[in-house]
Amino acid sequence: MLGEGILKGLAETARNFAGSFVSKERLTTVEYPEERSPLPEASRVFPFLLYDGTDWEAGMRCVACQICEKECPPKCIYIEKSKDKKPDYVGKPQIYPARFEIDVSVCMSCQICVEVCPFEAIKMDTDFELSTDDRFGGLLYDRKQLARSNEYYHSIHPTEAAEVDARLAEEKAKVEAKAKAAAAAKAAAPPATPAATTPAAAAPVSKPAPNATEAESK
Amino acid sequence: MLEKADQIFILLRNWLVGFLPAGWQTAAGVVLGVIGIVAVFPGLFAITTVLERKGLGRIQNRLGPNRVGPFGILQPIADAIKSLTKEDIVPRDADAVVHFLAPVFLVVVVFMGFAVLPVGRNMVLVDMDASLLFYFAMGASTEVSIFMAGWSSRNKYSLLGAMRAVAQMISYEVPLLMSSVVIVMMTGSLSLVKIVEAQNQYSYGLPHWYIFTPWGFAAFVMYAIAGTAETNRSPFDLPEGESELVAGYFTEYSGFKFALFFLGEYLGMLSISGLGATLFLGGWSAPLAVLNWVPSWIWFFAKVMLSIVVFIWVRGTLPRLRQDQLMNFAWKFVLPMTLLDLVVAAVWRFMGDGLLRWFVCSAILIGVYVAAGRWGMRSKHFGPRSYRYAE
Repeated sequence: MLGEGILKGLAETARNFAGSFVSKERLTTVEYPEERSPLPEASRVFPFLLYDGTDWEAGMRCVACQICEKECPPKCIYIEKSKDKKPDYVGKPQIYPARFEIDVSVCMSCQICVEVCPFEAIKMDTDFELSTDDRFGGLLYDRKQLARSNEYYHSIHPTEAAEVDARLAEEKAKVEAKAKAAAAAKAAAPPATPAATTPAAAAPVSKPAPNATEAESK
Repeated sequence: MLEKADQIFILLRNWLVGFLPAGWQTAAGVVLGVIGIVAVFPGLFAITTVLERKGLGRIQNRLGPNRVGPFGILQPIADAIKSLTKEDIVPRDADAVVHFLAPVFLVVVVFMGFAVLPVGRNMVLVDMDASLLFYFAMGASTEVSIFMAGWSSRNKYSLLGAMRAVAQMISYEVPLLMSSVVIVMMTGSLSLVKIVEAQNQYSYGLPHWYIFTPWGFAAFVMYAIAGTAETNRSPFDLPEGESELVAGYFTEYSGFKFALFFLGEYLGMLSISGLGATLFLGGWSAPLAVLNWVPSWIWFFAKVMLSIVVFIWVRGTLPRLRQDQLMNFAWKFVLPMTLLDLVVAAVWRFMGDGLLRWFVCSAILIGVYVAAGRWGMRSKHFGPRSYRYAE
């Protein structure tokens, strides 16, 4: 009969109306500032700089290699290298960023800086409540504002942070083992080195080249 | 005491007017009445907007506005401040004078309609002999303001919206009038006060409202459909179909002029509801004889707000019609049904008292309704759609 569908529809909306007062499951709204749904672990907003230990300046992993600055598609990263050096996580002296700035109003959260960083120094944050009433300075984050501890990283991305820590520990162990082996070799056969250099000098020119690239890649 | 509560506004007016010299009293009384209308109905408009947003939210399993004040009840105040402080833009090529006059004209005309609505016992601003005619004259004038808005904006969407609005409102003006003519036939008067008085009788404690007769019920349904279309409410909100026309005839309106259009639209809704209550639901009369002690104006406003709730409910349920469906529905279904209803009302009138006329009138109406529905839908096939080229 004509109008039957309208009555059915009216019944359905009435059921929804009444049901929304009775059952909590019907209401999908999360009243945001008071209650919030948990963020998924893989969520990402803007990058931050990781540091080890408690002192953000001493423990900063970034070595100002500027790869992220070059790779950043919207060019929101600005890095100035330092003149002096400080030891990195394996103890090797490295330069560090004298200035490291990210314009979060330009950043598009693509995570490319994180992908390209060879030092696990830049990671994505989950903090999205970054509104400010200062649209110029307030959105340009400097080194200090970007620095986050490794504990914080563990708290926001536990799985990823554990992997990163394992990798770094492995690398550090490798470097230490190598150093130990080198030291041991040095201690075991000090006269062997001059003997080894002589055939190397006599060898064809192409031979040191793979050695050099290997050293570079490490 | 209850008598006083019923007439409290009349007594208040008379008391206030009593302070003035005798020559001024009539004019002051009218001014006070106007102030009452201009204060109460926009207040109801504010309540309606928040009710509508909360109600629609609940229908869609949302919460609706709940930030301004407890449960969001202060939302209309925030909206008013917002629309007052917004920039008022007039397009460069617009006809500035007409552009300004359109919303003002709309609100003025809609307010004029309230002048003849009896909101309670003895509570009518102007007791005309032909108040129904006056009401419809004022209701029809809103079309002028809508076309003024659409034309003066110099915007294709505005003009298209205005043309749709005028076509729609003229089409539905006819069934709206026709469904009211039935009431005039039965009452023998165009005066809304007399129409309410004719319904303010009780037998076995039940009221003699016109909705409780076959022809009255049919007329009420037709009136509700036509009234919804007349006020451009969903599902007949084509003139402002935001998916097609930005916002229809008020595309180029901003700030307080937009708010005035909004006000005009909701006041139109309140006034159509008020007239519907007056014509079919007994105006200010109580639904049961035992409830007669409740002040009459409470009943009137309760009925108006009940119709508003139905308006909101329908808006939350039905999707928008297409233009051809709208026109076909008006001219091929609603209008013939109202014409039939006139005949049925005449049959009712001349069959005299008794149960027989109930059966005959109901049978005619239901039979024609079912048959017309079948016939009109004979070529429509509802169900899963089949695609010839896709898939």
